[in-house]
Amino acid sequence: MRQPFPFSAIVGQDEMKQAMILTAIDPGIGGVLVFGDRGTGKSTAVRALAALLPEITQVEGCPVNSANPENCPEWAEIGSKRIVKRPTPVIDLPLGVTEDRVVGALDIERALTRGEKAFEPGLLARANRGYLYIDEVNLLEDHIVDLLLDVAQSGENVVEREGLSIRHPARFVLVGSGNPEEGELRPQLLDRFGLSVEVASPRDIPQRVEVIRRRDAYESDHDAFMKRWRAQDTKLRKRILAARDGIRALDTPEATLIDCAELCVALGSDGLRGELTLLRAARALAAFGGDTQVTRSHLRRIAPSALRHRLRRDPLDEAGSTTRVARTVDELFGPTALAAE
Amino acid sequence: MTDAAPYDAWGRATLALSLLAVDPQGLRGLWLRARSGPVRDRFVGLLDALPLPRRKIHPGITDDQLFGGVDLSATLSTGHLVRARGLLAEPAALVLAMAERCPAGLAVRLGQTLDARTHCLVALDEGAEPDETLPPALAERLAFFVALDDVPLSASDFATIDHDLIEAARARLPSVTLTPDQAEELALVAAQCGIASLRAPLLAMAAAKASAALFGRISVYSSDLERAAALVYSHKALINNDFTPQPEEPPPPPEQTPDDQPGDTDTPGELTLPEEILLEAVRASLPPDVLARLAAGRAARAKSGASGTGAARKGNRRGRPLPSRPGKLDGTSKIDLVATLRAAAPWQPLRRAASPRGHLVHIRPEDIRVKRYEETSDRLLVFTVDASGSAAMARLGEAKGAIELLLAEAYARRDHVALIAFRGEGAELLLPPTRSLVQTKRRLAGLPGGGGTPLAHGLQAAMELAHQARARGMTPTLALLTDGRANIALDGTANRERAADDATRLARALRATGTPAVVIDTATRPQEALRALAGALDAPYIALPRADAHRLSTAVSAALAD
Repeated sequence: MRQPFPFSAIVGQDEMKQAMILTAIDPGIGGVLVFGDRGTGKSTAVRALAALLPEITQVEGCPVNSANPENCPEWAEIGSKRIVKRPTPVIDLPLGVTEDRVVGALDIERALTRGEKAFEPGLLARANRGYLYIDEVNLLEDHIVDLLLDVAQSGENVVEREGLSIRHPARFVLVGSGNPEEGELRPQLLDRFGLSVEVASPRDIPQRVEVIRRRDAYESDHDAFMKRWRAQDTKLRKRILAARDGIRALDTPEATLIDCAELCVALGSDGLRGELTLLRAARALAAFGGDTQVTRSHLRRIAPSALRHRLRRDPLDEAGSTTRVARTVDELFGPTALAAE
Repeated sequence: MTDAAPYDAWGRATLALSLLAVDPQGLRGLWLRARSGPVRDRFVGLLDALPLPRRKIHPGITDDQLFGGVDLSATLSTGHLVRARGLLAEPAALVLAMAERCPAGLAVRLGQTLDARTHCLVALDEGAEPDETLPPALAERLAFFVALDDVPLSASDFATIDHDLIEAARARLPSVTLTPDQAEELALVAAQCGIASLRAPLLAMAAAKASAALFGRISVYSSDLERAAALVYSHKALINNDFTPQPEEPPPPPEQTPDDQPGDTDTPGELTLPEEILLEAVRASLPPDVLARLAAGRAARAKSGASGTGAARKGNRRGRPLPSRPGKLDGTSKIDLVATLRAAAPWQPLRRAASPRGHLVHIRPEDIRVKRYEETSDRLLVFTVDASGSAAMARLGEAKGAIELLLAEAYARRDHVALIAFRGEGAELLLPPTRSLVQTKRRLAGLPGGGGTPLAHGLQAAMELAHQARARGMTPTLALLTDGRANIALDGTANRERAADDATRLARALRATGTPAVVIDTATRPQEALRALAGALDAPYIALPRADAHRLSTAVSAALAD
């Protein structure tokens, strides 16, 4: 199989790239939703991210990618204690997927041939400690969406069916992409995504030409193109790893917490998930930039991604939620020029 | 074929097919718009040129058939797991019949398959109405569009594609090169045609290469670029541009669009000759009605509220049973036991004789009949009533009488009703959607009057209710009763101008959601402002005839009649 398009070679779409990098630094941010026009490189970015991410260590053959033998579920019957390295799993959830495939089900083959009651893990098991990618998430069947919400919330997949009673960890970063023209997403699901990003085709001609040129080079002269971008991807990977360490040493002043709360109250976002995500994302951003303290400027940069999908629908505001967030940020923190600090 | 031959519709069609045959996976496919007939049959016959096995699919195809799944009956009879292979398991040229009826979900799945570059798709679109067209997720991915409706049979007489030529071109394709300048040119022209997606220029590049290979070259000439731009861009032009369709006028030619695109305005200085030629080529091959159709399709989708997950009409409690059909028990359908037994009955003696075990009744998977229901969505009539001081002074009593008459009618038709009143500084949902006539009447009778007229609040509440109702599978309809003297703005200030402005903006937003409405003027004299508001709502305007609730009821029923 051919290597995916290099992450660093994606032209523009900075907000999308930033959001994906932040979830790589802190998976607890809880997923990215990418909504936008067709043909803007949504899927390309996700595939590229998979190749960019650092490897994870796991017990050999463990169906839920456990980090050490004690965590392997009993039903998996793993004898091996060898620890192996493997790429971070990025699992595709196809639209036509059945419930059985998602949560796992009775292993029919073993049941029929050997008369044993065994569990065949599904996509949720494979996505543990990694990414679950849903293209066209707004067209996914409702009952699958409900199921995903439940698991994404609890971090655990509970299977009670066909006489099986199984539970296994399923902590993953949900990445969804879609085109809003084809249908909206229910607010319950929107809220579960940590960050949301809106992408549009670049209007700028040189930028468009650059996209075409790189894509063409990727397709016609694959090996040379991959080689050319490998160094940049490696650099980015190192930065992500450094940020993962840096995030622990980060200082979060009281003033930043108050800023978070004030911003969410001013925007009227429901619940406390907004504050929590905003803070986590700001911390990851600060760590990525090598800063030692979370400040207003971080909040300002991450607020649109973290909050735009948590606003209440306002039919009269034609400006869209991105502008509303930006406006509120300016009202609270003062105009951009002053906030440079 | 020669390099410089001008192409008529049929020539363009065969050229597109030849190019597709040279690079089927790179070019993704072809969208053929034609009614069934001898010309189309000839074209479909030419699909043999595609170097992939052909697989026919239809809009109602299930995921099991596409992606494969467990073959339950085979598994049970053989005793080990048998998976049925889906149609998408192997590279193939998919032929989608009746593509205009392709649901969005299937379109997306096919689109993802095409993106994997293993398949190519020929979409046979028989759309007759302007709003019948290929879903955008597919239209955007397929490189070519071919319309054969106006092609006379005689034009298609010389219908052959030289398979050896294609074979040779395919061998040549990997060595064909395209200079960066040429790629840039194609990207520029795409932007000038108002094509936002970046897939189009990539497809055009693949088409230019295929064209060069087809004509026996390994470098791309400007004639190849021209051909590629004409074939790939013509139907994609303006798809992603916001422009309102004007049915009476011909669609605006694409050269006008760069004006309203930021980023394009500063490029004309750089324009060199080839791009203009390319642009000309695109324009010349623009099918006359395809843009209007695309636009109409978009408008229709917007009007029906583009139902994706959640908004689907699924919460219906009613359904008329339809004759049952052969089907599979895939967990989504209900078995029709009687019909299944009836289908199995004639075979019983044969099956009993063939079976070593003496079952009483032998039922095989092919006997299974599943139930079907025709669902019609329930209607919800949202009464939005002005209970302000001015309205109370005027004719709140009469309005109430009119509503009661409408209620009786709604009851007879088993419609749901909801009641929203606005007065003072806001709107209030007095009665959530219900079918209880008694409750509605009681609430209505107890409705006091007085205060300002926050018309915008009323519309906002109605819009929210309509949105919720639609998500639950109902079709909301709005009846607005007011005297039109809006004087409370959305932010609560008493400002006549702002209030009227807010109301108009909300009315436009409501219209955009495609909610049918009727506006009833309860003022003593008909209000011009209210007539304008009805215009913004795209709703009929009815002045409440004096002291005659019956006439109002008749008028409203006529206005809302489906």
